[in-house]
Amino acid sequence: MLPGRWLARPKDGAVPELSYREAVRDALAHAMRSDEDVFMMGEDIAEMGGSMGVTQGLVEEFGVERVRNTPISEIAIVGAGIGAAMQGMRPVVEIMYEDFLTLAMEQIVNQAAKHRYMSGGQVTVPLTIRTQGGAGWSPGAQHAQQLEAWLVHVPGLKVVFASSPADARGLLWSAIYDDNPVIFFEHRLLYPVKEQVAEKLEPVPLGKARIVREGSDVTVIAIGPLVHRALVAAEQAEAEGISVEVVDPRTLQPLDEDTLVESVKRTNRAVVAHEAVRRMGFGAELAAILQEKAFDWLDAPIERVGARFAPLAFAPSMEQYVVPQAEDVLAAVRRTVERS
Amino acid sequence: MVKVEKRRALPEQRLRAFLREMLLIRRFEEKVEERFRAGELPGFLHVAIGQEAAEVGVCEAMEDGDVFSSTHRAHGHTLARGTPPNAVMAELYGKIEGCSHGYGGSMHLYDLERGNQGANAVVGGGLPASVGAGLAFKLRDEPRVAVSFFGDGATNTGSFHESLNLASLWKTKTLFVCENNEWAESTPGWQHSPVFDDMSKRAAAYAMPAIKVDGQDVERVYEAAHDALGRVRSGAGPVFLDIETYRMHGHYIGDPQVYRTKEDRDEAAERDPIVRLRGRLDVPDEEWLALEDEVRGIVEGAVEFARNGTDPQPEDALKNVYA
Repeated sequence: MLPGRWLARPKDGAVPELSYREAVRDALAHAMRSDEDVFMMGEDIAEMGGSMGVTQGLVEEFGVERVRNTPISEIAIVGAGIGAAMQGMRPVVEIMYEDFLTLAMEQIVNQAAKHRYMSGGQVTVPLTIRTQGGAGWSPGAQHAQQLEAWLVHVPGLKVVFASSPADARGLLWSAIYDDNPVIFFEHRLLYPVKEQVAEKLEPVPLGKARIVREGSDVTVIAIGPLVHRALVAAEQAEAEGISVEVVDPRTLQPLDEDTLVESVKRTNRAVVAHEAVRRMGFGAELAAILQEKAFDWLDAPIERVGARFAPLAFAPSMEQYVVPQAEDVLAAVRRTVERS
Repeated sequence: MVKVEKRRALPEQRLRAFLREMLLIRRFEEKVEERFRAGELPGFLHVAIGQEAAEVGVCEAMEDGDVFSSTHRAHGHTLARGTPPNAVMAELYGKIEGCSHGYGGSMHLYDLERGNQGANAVVGGGLPASVGAGLAFKLRDEPRVAVSFFGDGATNTGSFHESLNLASLWKTKTLFVCENNEWAESTPGWQHSPVFDDMSKRAAAYAMPAIKVDGQDVERVYEAAHDALGRVRSGAGPVFLDIETYRMHGHYIGDPQVYRTKEDRDEAAERDPIVRLRGRLDVPDEEWLALEDEVRGIVEGAVEFARNGTDPQPEDALKNVYA
């Protein structure tokens, strides 16, 4: 299959427009074309192209040896990835739904994250674990959780959560070529999001945040779909005379603390936002870092936006009530401004 | 069942080398027990006294370039694959000179240079990586084998079943070595597995050939491992080596073994693989004592080396978290 099928190439030599889904696929295809050591394993990733269609077409180009359909065996999928990675290959494994990471947690937490450490630096595990999740389609309580906080708690893992096509493409490339195990989170609702990207794949370094929108009154640090909701909130706030800066850490571990702290020192107010459950969420860590490093610059308490403390219900009305929306971000922004 | 090829007996010199290796492992582990009881060694320590024939038989049949993953009972595998006793002992003392530079300890012995991909403190935790290593060897068409050591207790984990299934399905270059020592910690085999009498049935469920062997006879273990490794190396797919061995001591050093009867302990002594091999080779007392002296010298030297080793700096704890 030709790359043209994946890249929505524009006419007249303009920069191509790529969906988030195509961006992930493009990074995979680029890596597999340039390196025999890159291969993929996962449930239904070959002919079916994965449950979300991300890997469609890859088996036609790279064959079944390198795009490997697996049994429903998350322990073995991740564990085999670890073993191949330890032999110097660069496997990319797919865990179909983020919720199923729980089945492979032993391999991720005790094995992938710790081989290098326990061996005193002898072993490298250049493994990438792609997975996706997110509310919005009413998948219910076992197909839509956001579990990034579980993974950033484990030393030895790197954790990435891209919010845009260009970031997804560039970050996935960097994840594949990183010599550590990387958990690469994708969000289901972002797959159709399109963006113009450079023709040539531009790697995005891990550990570098992106200022998505500049502003001067409040900094919203958001990840995944909340970046987009924060942008909507920022537009509305603008109409109310509040200038909102939106910053996307992109990599949760390692975390670009400097960019986040500098932004908050400029705006003096901060909101942290993610779709995962608010309590003990990644935002709690962000808030702690900001109060440690920018306390004297803060004019208002740091606001946290995240899902309410409940599993995700099936009924759309309940599901949407639990997860944070743009209005929740806007309300948090307003609260920080009202305080001072 | 794979038929074990009948071949002429191993040269006596080779068997004597096996005996020396087994005795070295035995005396090493006895010393570890002694030093642990003396309060000199930190951590959790598990010895595999009684299982030396299984360790040496398989490890001697492996070739350079083969890799392995081991269990929380890994001293024997590590020594038998050539890691110097000094480096293993230094690791047990938590020294920089240790084979994991003090980051691993007894349950996490590594030696990449000699194919040791890590001893694992999670029962069944190391099997999937052996499938992945065997897959890498297959994809790269390399004549190497990934050997996965585990005990009978591991055969009840999901990791075991997923690993055997995937390895068989993809014909990875993986050798599964079940060291059935009759105990899952304190739980006897009959209490933890419905197929305890014949662990090979587990392999049959995944259409994987199995070889059952008396694990107290090093020559038989070597032959079985040699045949199994040859088949795996050829690309014919994984093999399940079902080694019936016996753990003569407790689960951990200091285990009061309240679950074990006196008869059972007596039986254990009768199944000592070192006594058996010595008898088979008819080693005269003089030669035996010389061997004992040599081995004790090595072990004492290892303790001395480890005691004089370098303690890591506390802040070294922050190194090696990431590559």
